Amino acid sequence: MSSRSTAPVLELVDVRKTFGSVVALANGSLTVHPGSIHALVGENGAGKSTLVKIVAGLYRCDAGDFRFRDAPVDFGSTAESKDAGIAVIYQEPTLFPDLSVTENIFMGRQLLGSGRRIDKAAMHDEASAIFTRLGVKLDPRRIARGLSIADQQIIEIAKAISLDAHLLVMDEPTAALSGVEVDRLFAVARSLRDEGRGIVFISHRFDEVFSLCDTITVMRDGDYIATATTAETSVDAIVQQMVGREVSDLFPKTTAPIGDVVLEVKGLQSAGVFHDVSFQIRAGEIVGLAGLVGAGRSEIARAVFGVDRYDAGSVTLAGRSIPGGNPRAAIRAGMAFIPEDRRQQGLVTEASIARNIASVIRDQLTRAGILTSRAENVAAGPWAGRLEVKTNALSMSAATMSGGNQQKVVIAKWLATKPRLLIIDEPTRGIDVGTKAEVHRLLSDLAGQGMAIVMISSELPEVLGMADRVLVVSEGRITGEFSRDEATPEAIMHAATAQAEEASA
Amino acid sequence: MSDTLVHPSEQSATKRLLNDILRSREIAIALVLVAVIAAATAKNPSFLFSANGWRDLWLTPSILVLVAIGQAVVIITRNVDLSVGSILGMSAYLTGTLFVDNPGLPIVVVMVAGAALGLLLGVINGALVAFGRVPALVITLGTMYIYRGIVLTWAGSNRINASDMPREFLNLGTQSLLTIPVLTIIALLALIAVGYYLSTARGGREMYAIGSDPDAADLYGLRVKRRIIAAFALCGALSGLAGVLYAARYGTVSSSAGSGWELQAVGAAVIGGVAIFGGSGTVWGAAIGAMLLLTINRALPILGVPDFWQRAVVGALIIGAIVLDRWLSTRQERKLLEARDEE
Repeated sequence: MSSRSTAPVLELVDVRKTFGSVVALANGSLTVHPGSIHALVGENGAGKSTLVKIVAGLYRCDAGDFRFRDAPVDFGSTAESKDAGIAVIYQEPTLFPDLSVTENIFMGRQLLGSGRRIDKAAMHDEASAIFTRLGVKLDPRRIARGLSIADQQIIEIAKAISLDAHLLVMDEPTAALSGVEVDRLFAVARSLRDEGRGIVFISHRFDEVFSLCDTITVMRDGDYIATATTAETSVDAIVQQMVGREVSDLFPKTTAPIGDVVLEVKGLQSAGVFHDVSFQIRAGEIVGLAGLVGAGRSEIARAVFGVDRYDAGSVTLAGRSIPGGNPRAAIRAGMAFIPEDRRQQGLVTEASIARNIASVIRDQLTRAGILTSRAENVAAGPWAGRLEVKTNALSMSAATMSGGNQQKVVIAKWLATKPRLLIIDEPTRGIDVGTKAEVHRLLSDLAGQGMAIVMISSELPEVLGMADRVLVVSEGRITGEFSRDEATPEAIMHAATAQAEEASA
Repeated sequence: MSDTLVHPSEQSATKRLLNDILRSREIAIALVLVAVIAAATAKNPSFLFSANGWRDLWLTPSILVLVAIGQAVVIITRNVDLSVGSILGMSAYLTGTLFVDNPGLPIVVVMVAGAALGLLLGVINGALVAFGRVPALVITLGTMYIYRGIVLTWAGSNRINASDMPREFLNLGTQSLLTIPVLTIIALLALIAVGYYLSTARGGREMYAIGSDPDAADLYGLRVKRRIIAAFALCGALSGLAGVLYAARYGTVSSSAGSGWELQAVGAAVIGGVAIFGGSGTVWGAAIGAMLLLTINRALPILGVPDFWQRAVVGALIIGAIVLDRWLSTRQERKLLEARDEE
């Protein structure tokens, strides 16, 4: 901590970045000193990634001060940022699979021998030296294809070392690593810190943040909230700062009578994705599936619906066992699944609204194998009307509609199958605030009519506002279950960031 | 087996080199070429052992080799250039026109002019692809017709005849040096230069990187646009040079010179192991691929294969090369993943 007195290596003050009318980063501030590991924490969408991308030179900030090594900078490309001495390790490393490990490390700034020819031997030697120092067994001559995520991250770190970077930014580097690999990464990070480099570490795992970092900066909704040294703060204080906002009464949730068990999932397991997942959903109930992005929520939903296969466990819908890996059987049994990426997976955007709505019940509409637009329109009419899809005609193309109306068409499409259970993944992502409330009212109405609803959402206010019950998923396991009264932002955040080891212990 | 993939450094340098060569696609395709030549020679010894046979073996593919080298460089960057045939045609016609207008012009000047014309047309291709953000397939399909249209307008129904060009220039098309035709030597020099550039210069390695993963290339801060323009420029220049040699070799140039060459060049590169999705392959492979493509065309009639099957064999060769590529890369990936589980 003696480095406190030295000038900061990176200084961001009131940095702002907008995309059209969306403010990705309202007021980002971050000061990193050399010889320090600085944690950047915040919920999904707090603006951390935007901040990292500005530092990396991928985005240009609209306003604010950006100083690096005591000089104002404004990077127009990743090359400029790299030349200045900034190395960024992304959550999912990007390598050239066809090239050798060494080439991946040195690409763009290869060591040159006489006549500006690439000096391969010198590069291999330096790569070997770096790997020895990192204590990893990786052959610099092998091609990058087939490397594990951990090894790919080692290459990214080797890149940063060979670059002699002054600042190393690690964006959730541990998300895909095992315990041993995390330890190895941390040892490397500490040794880089001791050499006087500045490190920014982004992670959702508080135990890692507190064991590795000396300073923590919290962000929320694109704003800088607070900075404290690890010694001065606590997990509770950080969580408070991360979520610290009121759950607005944006959510027109009406309580519905809770009925019988509709869906029962027992011991669902898929190697490397999720483990021992069991839960029940009752009629008239909205159950929020909360957790961090990548925790395995969507994967569980896809497995329950039968899109993905699972290794063990059972799914029962209204007393009937649902076979795995067969979405048609799930639909017949009364299950509906609205995926997160509706443009790609839920909607044929080039087709008409009527055709989209009628698509899942097409078999029932055909006469002698022939499907007419008239039959589609007749079948789609009542559903579209009920959802107040604001379009002039059912024959309009779905591509021309707003995100909110597209979402309603997808919901209408599945309601046409008269499901008993609706699984909806991120129901309001990419929808403006007004339409959000409409989608929420719709879900609430459906529950009131006795439908069981599983709602996957990364937006904490939405989960708290809508759900009768909240299940929290962390690293493929259910780490918490809260009733509507018990569910507080703090409780959910704690469960969502719990390590799998703790949960099973 | 997987040891050579995962821990190549544990072997001695010579063994590594030997391994690389023995396992390369180039050597496999060269063996096929040797087999084809051997079969044709067994049937008719003059295919290889007569002075004409020996000369044709080298001379026939030499111009296509030049175009295939350029095409390979473009494909390595995950693009494709369908306008090479039109560029070749325009340059060939330019060559003839230059000699008609200035009979005493030195041959070197004409060669430079042809290459410069190709370079210009290639830069146009590259700039459109790099800045237009439209797939190269579409862009160069467009410029293929545009460039051909320019030649058609320019040439009309005229054609350049052998009598329009100086004798020394036409001799270039048939002369030999130590029994190796001069055109082949020119192609070989270009091959060595480009191959050396691709394997030892930053620009060359960056072309492989861009083809291997364009998004990663952006994140690495590579100058992607510049490299793509350079690849198309090189391809254009080589096609332009090929156009000059075309005029020297065939003596007559009409407005349709070089039609269909684009597909032969792509076929040669693919047969030679240049992955159509970019990132791997060498110009050596493309050159051997070009040689195989044209040698098979000459060998099959000798072996008594009917006309229909001659084309089918070429098609099968291309499809086979692509299937082999997929199979080899999935097998390699599986082996690497298996090796990872063992550790």
